[in-house]
Amino acid sequence: MTTTLPSHTAPAAAPRKPLRPGRVLMYALLVLAALFFLIPVYLLFATALKSPDAIAEATTWHWPSVLNWGSFRDAWAKIGGNVLNSVFLAVVATLFSALLGSLNGYALSKWKFRGANTLFALMLFGMFIPYQAVLIPLFQFIKSLGLYGSIWGLILAHVVYGLPITTLIFRNFYADVPDALIEAATIDGAGFWQIYGKVIFPISIPGFVVVIIWQFTQVWNEFLFAATLTNTNSQPVTYALSQLAGGQAVSWNLPMAGAILAALPTLLVYILLGRYFVRGLLAGSVKG
Amino acid sequence: MKGLSKDRLWSVAVLLPSVLLIAVFVYGFIARSVYVSMTDWGNDPAQALALDPVIRFIGLANYQDLFTGFLQGRFRQELVSTVFFTAFFILGCLGLGLGLALILDRNPRGEGLWRTIFLFPMSLSFIVTGTIWRWMLQPGGGVNQAPTLFGGQPSTFPWLSSTEAIWKFDWNKLPLLTASVVAVVLIVVAVRALRAGDRRRTLVAALCAALLLGWALFVAPNLKLLPAPEPHGFNLALIGIIIAAVWQMSGYTMALYLAGLRGIPEELREAAKVDGAGDLGMYRHVIFPLLAPISLSAMIVLGHISLKIFDLVYAMSGPDNINTSVPALNMYLTSFRQNQFALGAAIGTILLILVAFVIVPYLASQFRGEEGHA
Repeated sequence: MTTTLPSHTAPAAAPRKPLRPGRVLMYALLVLAALFFLIPVYLLFATALKSPDAIAEATTWHWPSVLNWGSFRDAWAKIGGNVLNSVFLAVVATLFSALLGSLNGYALSKWKFRGANTLFALMLFGMFIPYQAVLIPLFQFIKSLGLYGSIWGLILAHVVYGLPITTLIFRNFYADVPDALIEAATIDGAGFWQIYGKVIFPISIPGFVVVIIWQFTQVWNEFLFAATLTNTNSQPVTYALSQLAGGQAVSWNLPMAGAILAALPTLLVYILLGRYFVRGLLAGSVKG
Repeated sequence: MKGLSKDRLWSVAVLLPSVLLIAVFVYGFIARSVYVSMTDWGNDPAQALALDPVIRFIGLANYQDLFTGFLQGRFRQELVSTVFFTAFFILGCLGLGLGLALILDRNPRGEGLWRTIFLFPMSLSFIVTGTIWRWMLQPGGGVNQAPTLFGGQPSTFPWLSSTEAIWKFDWNKLPLLTASVVAVVLIVVAVRALRAGDRRRTLVAALCAALLLGWALFVAPNLKLLPAPEPHGFNLALIGIIIAAVWQMSGYTMALYLAGLRGIPEELREAAKVDGAGDLGMYRHVIFPLLAPISLSAMIVLGHISLKIFDLVYAMSGPDNINTSVPALNMYLTSFRQNQFALGAAIGTILLILVAFVIVPYLASQFRGEEGHA
């Protein structure tokens, strides 16, 4: 299922009719729903921008009279290193999983063999398992490799458990590439790698965009592996944020500013490349 | 392209590393987890982190402990919480997602902007969502202060710390309840099979239902899992977490439904109109039936997310709030805080079984059709 939302099938763009009661109700509902989704954002910024002594229960909803940008500096001092860990982790893990996924998808969709679908279904199961069911052996394994506490152990885990979804997205993407193209290339004497390099890879850019956005978001947002496989030096931002917000004595401007820092990269990706984000999202429900 | 050409060998060679990795990291590790869950590793704290711990095989004792042991009441409450959480989370996401998709399908102005607003929480991590909502649901926090915006008194509902539970039942009655529910389902299956004229299926289903009911009536009442009654129910502190989860994930169902709605050909709607269907009639008889498979897909994806959810709970009510805890969180704490690896592995295995119930039939149905002409 790699269809996007077809945008705007406006019925023949008639000149805007005067607002009927139905339309008014529709807009009222939309505004109501938007409030539900946006109010947390308002409170997030209002709290992050208050100075600690201005945070009081009675004035929760007030916009700060004096903007205190220092919260971000303080939050960065606490979790900035973790943000950088996350950047490194997400970039490296995403590139590896995208490359592997592309090769797998190509082999699975264009060089089908008997049992390919069963094999693929067995692979896909790995996408749905609760990681709690593999966590203890994974922890032992990473430890035995000497990678516990290093970000490379976390990268390994993300690449392996990302394989099912990246393979799925590329397999469905390549399924739309006509087989005739491959056959023509074989007749011209091209082999497995030439076809990949000259035919498949050059047209894969949209597939790569979808996979990279999807994996980047997933890896950035992940928490369980982050909490289990790393230590203080290598913890990604999700874990650091949970520690920052979990303490009792902390004033709330700090975790709120931290939450903004931790959310910004994936949020930017979503706002700038939302279309591809949705494609990855829909691909996650297997196929159409 | 028959036979073992060089290209085919390459395609196998390309797949091999991934297949091996999945074989080890998914299936190998699952097997290892199941084995660990049947040992006593970590049940004696002194041995847990020893370099060369003494580990004994003890069969299903850990599972028995989880379901009937005196000290594991937390786990049983978590199982019940997961069921309630999953039900309300799925209902909330489907309802809100469908509603939003139906509205957006009517082409309001600025559709792209609305869609962006409804979907953006999807790009956040559960930890970020949890941190924000934890703040909003503080006893004197944003949500409880909201009435003051309209001149009212602040509310005092303890969103994340309530200890009140509704719809309680005694854990001792679980076998009875389960048997009754399954029997009712089997009776429905039997009646349907009878109507469809499938005599064998009718007989089998009816027989199983009768056996279960008989067991429920005569054996189950004498069965005691625990020496004392142990009530479990839907803890009200979960409501806040469910709201936050719906806030994060309902954009996903909206996107699914919207894709589905946009995929319905215009001619079909026209035809229904020509046949005299009103707006309501068209939704009931044309559009909703076409969206049914999407609902099923969404339920399965949301269901498995919900069974595994724990970072949201961790971020919202902390790791030690028993009233809101879920098995996935308990597994992490049991294994990596208390170093009771065997017990943790048992919880992980139970989670896997729950998720497999949802996912395996789904994957099988998705790929069965294709394999025939592979």
